[in-house]
Amino acid sequence: MTTSTLRPSPAGTGIPGKLSAAAAGRVRNVWGMTRRNLVHISREPMQLSDVTIQPVLFTVLFVYIFGGGIPIPNGGSYKDFALAGLLSLNLVTSTMGTAVGLSTDLHGGIIERFRALPMWQPAVLVGRSFADLMTSCICALIVAVTGLAVGWRTDANVGSIIGGFALLLFFAYSLSWIAACVGLNSKSPESAASFGFIVLFPLAFVSNALVPTQHMPGWLQAIADWNPVSAVTAGARQLWGNPNPSAAIHAWPMQHPVEAGLIWSALILAIAAPLASYFFRRRMTE
Amino acid sequence: MPNDMMIEAEELAKRYGETRALAGVDFAVPGGSILGLLGPNGAGKTTAVRILTTLALPDAGRARVAGVDVVGHPAEVRRHIGVAAQDATLDGLLSGRQNLVLVGELSDMGRRASRQRATELLAQFELTDASDRVLKGYSGGMRRRLDLAAALMTRPPVLFLDEPTTGLDPVSRQRVWEAVRELTAAGVTVLLTTQYLDEADALADQIVVIDHGRVIANGTPQELKEASRSARLEVTLTAPYPGAVEATGAVEAIGSLTAGPVHISEDGRRLSAGVDSAPGLATSVVRALDAAGVLVDDIEIRQPSLDDVFFSLTGGHLGPEDEQPGNGAAGPDGARPEMEGAGT
Repeated sequence: MTTSTLRPSPAGTGIPGKLSAAAAGRVRNVWGMTRRNLVHISREPMQLSDVTIQPVLFTVLFVYIFGGGIPIPNGGSYKDFALAGLLSLNLVTSTMGTAVGLSTDLHGGIIERFRALPMWQPAVLVGRSFADLMTSCICALIVAVTGLAVGWRTDANVGSIIGGFALLLFFAYSLSWIAACVGLNSKSPESAASFGFIVLFPLAFVSNALVPTQHMPGWLQAIADWNPVSAVTAGARQLWGNPNPSAAIHAWPMQHPVEAGLIWSALILAIAAPLASYFFRRRMTE
Repeated sequence: MPNDMMIEAEELAKRYGETRALAGVDFAVPGGSILGLLGPNGAGKTTAVRILTTLALPDAGRARVAGVDVVGHPAEVRRHIGVAAQDATLDGLLSGRQNLVLVGELSDMGRRASRQRATELLAQFELTDASDRVLKGYSGGMRRRLDLAAALMTRPPVLFLDEPTTGLDPVSRQRVWEAVRELTAAGVTVLLTTQYLDEADALADQIVVIDHGRVIANGTPQELKEASRSARLEVTLTAPYPGAVEATGAVEAIGSLTAGPVHISEDGRRLSAGVDSAPGLATSVVRALDAAGVLVDDIEIRQPSLDDVFFSLTGGHLGPEDEQPGNGAAGPDGARPEMEGAGT
């Protein structure tokens, strides 16, 4: 795979020249695929509703409907508590788009075209993940703006604020590789979509994202406290100086949410990305 | 095998589950020529193309394109080929121009060169007006033309066209043919699969007929026609057979001149049979019929078309050659209006 994709380089540049030329070619392929996927979004903006309309809807609904009814241990307002959780919820569920998008590509004729081109084939996969990372960034921006509009505030410094967003986005990116594995193995884009409801929604809800875990039954609380979504959400709350009732919980990830969030994300990425590229290669062989 | 072969297949075999798509296929295409791969649906044409374009791996056999082994160095092969597959393999959400530029960029042509080439091809295939429309709004014919343009983006020396004119109107078909002829004139090697015999006849320098995963004929269109040996004789009787006694005589009369069974049309008026071309054939036929006292409205001697060749080779359902004498024995008496000629 590696050697076969090397491009011929000018005579005399030797192996390093060849390798960097190959790397540059791959980067161009990935960028080409990323742009293609972004053009898709501009053509069908409704595709993006789960990162544009849904976040606004969820933010407003949760803050105004549940806001008054959910007490936050150790005080604080629900809207300050909820924003990191709402962002987690939206980012986690939007990774379904990766599964659906990839599955759509694989079931259309277009993949045949890509396969017969002298391109770095995994660019199909990597370009998809980058495009989805960009939509995640849009999602984060929309949630933040909506949050500010309904009264969410943070008094942390700029570095910490960015850190909180980066933590959540890194997690969403790693999760999109699990979604990629699902998309690569699904029989149709529709069945890829069901992944969202069967896996992503429980993952997002059985956590501290929307309610403090203190009120959950013991066994469920244990799951929630070790749920990676709880770690990144608590991490963002900590970084933003928002109410973070999980800090009172003794489970290690709740005591060190930023570290736990980073470890979880890195671990998921380290397992899911090679797995996805394995599935992809298998899918590309006939 | 000489080195100027741009496409070579040796003993290619491929199985999909229980289905034997290819069972040992050989052919070779010299540079700058057109090979027509002909066969009924499911004969293995597309499988052969998929192997040669690195989309599928053969179970056995070898294949080289531009001298490069398709299994050993698929990435290298992809640099020499353009492919227009059967299902339009384009991005429905991009415009025509964006599709072509994407193909160019992914082939590492560079943005500027890709744009230039795209503009050129859009003009060549008369898609300039539609170039910035999203592909979803294209007609079938426009899509096929764009698919062909996409295959030509990198100016590949070897081109694979899988049924390039299926579903095209006659004018678009003609346009695709012209484009293919221009390409080969410029030295491009083309492998095209088709179900249209006239297309193979019009374009191909060499025709390979495959059926059930095997090559059943290989040669120039002329050679294949000659191999089918006979011209076709068609006689339209004034009275329907077997109504008149003298018509039976007609079958006997022609029978001595024909090379195979004499077939009779449903209405019993038209007799047809393969005949060996010979000097004075028409005269002999008329004399024989006259001697038998048969009245004839029309006589036609037709040189074989590729259709005749194809149907006789594949046992297709449309050709008269397919109706083997003896098959009718199973049916009710007289259900199949045919009888064996006396033969020579």
